[in-house]
Amino acid sequence: MMPVVSAADVAPTPYAWEIVATGLKVRVGRDRMAVDGLDLSLGTGVHGLLGPNGAGKTTLIRTLATVLRPTEGSLELLGEPAGGPGGQRALRRRVGYLPQEFGYYKRFTVREFVEYMAWLKEVPKTDVPAAVQRAVERVGLADRADQRMKTLSGGMVRRVGIAQAIVNDPAILLLDEPTVGLDPAQRLRFRELLQELGTDTCVLVSTHLVEDVAAACTDVVLFAEGRLVFQGTPDELAAAGGPEDVGDSPLERGYSALLQGDGRTGGTW
Amino acid sequence: MSREGMDMGGEGVHAGGEGVHAARGGVRRGRKGADPGTRHASARMIGAYARGGTGTGTGTGTDLAADEVWAVEAHLEACPVCRERLAAAVGTEAPAVAALVEDVWAGLEPRLARDVPTPPRRRWSAGLSGWLTPAMVPWLVMAVGVTLTALLLDVAGRGFGDVSLVLLFAPVLPVGGVAAAWSRGLDPAYELTAAAPRAGLELVLRRTTSVLAVVVPVLLLGGWATGVTAAQWLLPCLAFTSTTLALGGLVGVPRAAAALAVLWAAVIVVPSVALGRTAVVLHSAGLPVWALVLALGTGVVIARPGAYSVLRNPR
Repeated sequence: MMPVVSAADVAPTPYAWEIVATGLKVRVGRDRMAVDGLDLSLGTGVHGLLGPNGAGKTTLIRTLATVLRPTEGSLELLGEPAGGPGGQRALRRRVGYLPQEFGYYKRFTVREFVEYMAWLKEVPKTDVPAAVQRAVERVGLADRADQRMKTLSGGMVRRVGIAQAIVNDPAILLLDEPTVGLDPAQRLRFRELLQELGTDTCVLVSTHLVEDVAAACTDVVLFAEGRLVFQGTPDELAAAGGPEDVGDSPLERGYSALLQGDGRTGGTW
Repeated sequence: MSREGMDMGGEGVHAGGEGVHAARGGVRRGRKGADPGTRHASARMIGAYARGGTGTGTGTGTDLAADEVWAVEAHLEACPVCRERLAAAVGTEAPAVAALVEDVWAGLEPRLARDVPTPPRRRWSAGLSGWLTPAMVPWLVMAVGVTLTALLLDVAGRGFGDVSLVLLFAPVLPVGGVAAAWSRGLDPAYELTAAAPRAGLELVLRRTTSVLAVVVPVLLLGGWATGVTAAQWLLPCLAFTSTTLALGGLVGVPRAAAALAVLWAAVIVVPSVALGRTAVVLHSAGLPVWALVLALGTGVVIARPGAYSVLRNPR
């Protein structure tokens, strides 16, 4: 049958990049700058956010999810300045976010929880059942949809987290360590889902697993001590490393070479 | 049906001649449905569509041109009347299709009857979760329990002189529920909620309302049983609620709740119980003060609506 295309679907996008940060600084606590002067532009595709623990990845993702306010600098999301009191609500409807610590209500079923998140994200009431079913199917939990959350394994809970993030069909999808707790087979399936989402969405995935980046990302953002160290394709990251660098794969060697070249050794750990 | 209609030429829908181009409601307005003045596709077009529209795109005799197929299809999507006519036409015009449909249904029906999922029992209805999170439930149960215990002691024992325990506890009762409604430590989905578009004043007020909807009726019962006027407990109760939210916008709701509860216990509850008489702030003379606090708290909450859609004390 004839596909129904609304005016919103064919409207040209009024921005070049989904995410544009200029001189972005975000203070955490009293005196620590977790993001310290970041210039970054991200468009459609899957972007892997790599960096050592404590690099400020979570703070950056929270800032992009508009739950933390930038201390300095400017941040534009979907062509609109983030942090404006009026525009934030409309902006958030087009953002999907999976926090690092994904908390949920144990007594809710998968469907109830994703429905509740859809309500919080102001998905139109008539679209909620279909959107929930689609999101749950995409993460492969359709057969578990009516089970309570507390009966699920860690990997399944993580997938519910991904389902709630995509339930509003976001234009910007922020996933903070989504592969933690997934077994190898689930991880493969998740990478496929990422690639699928990346065709029309700006997906930012934070991870400390270099192999996730190699398999699923079109673009790597290397982040250390609140600053951008490197942005490029996985191949360019691999090319940055030489045989003398630490690591088991070309990407790992590139990763350690870039972090060391930046004057940041990992210390003993 | 045929997708060839998609490469419709410049002449478009109007090339169809009879019938369809006039069906404005259906074709022009897409899915919105046909209005009463709509004209419908002709029997010839419906019949031809039922037979498979066009194989070649050249409208010879009874066939439809590609653009006509497209227009009929668009009209059918929006027009239940014509869909009904199509269903009738399929039976007479295309027995092969009708037989095929019958066949598929015959095969599917036993499986459909078996696989119909029983709608799961709603444990937490979607309507309720707009007002209350599961994290708040234990606190509300506690508030009700404390009120009933205080009431029981008031009515039966009167162990603390003139002091009404219901009156003493009334201000701090909703505070726990309000804290659980907007707290990182008590609500597991706090960060998800704070990042949602609905986060903010509206959601905070919804949840606070549901806390008060539980606490106030119980207090009403307590007040009626102990003979305390409603204003004497209602105003302090509301004042504490609004102050918790106002202070919570600055330092986080759970911290504000804890601080206010401790302050209340130290300054009012302990001395009242020790001295055996109700503190002066809980007499009718204190009411204007409570009203002022309530107004101030509410003012601060309304003035800083953005305070509830960002993370407090991020780790």
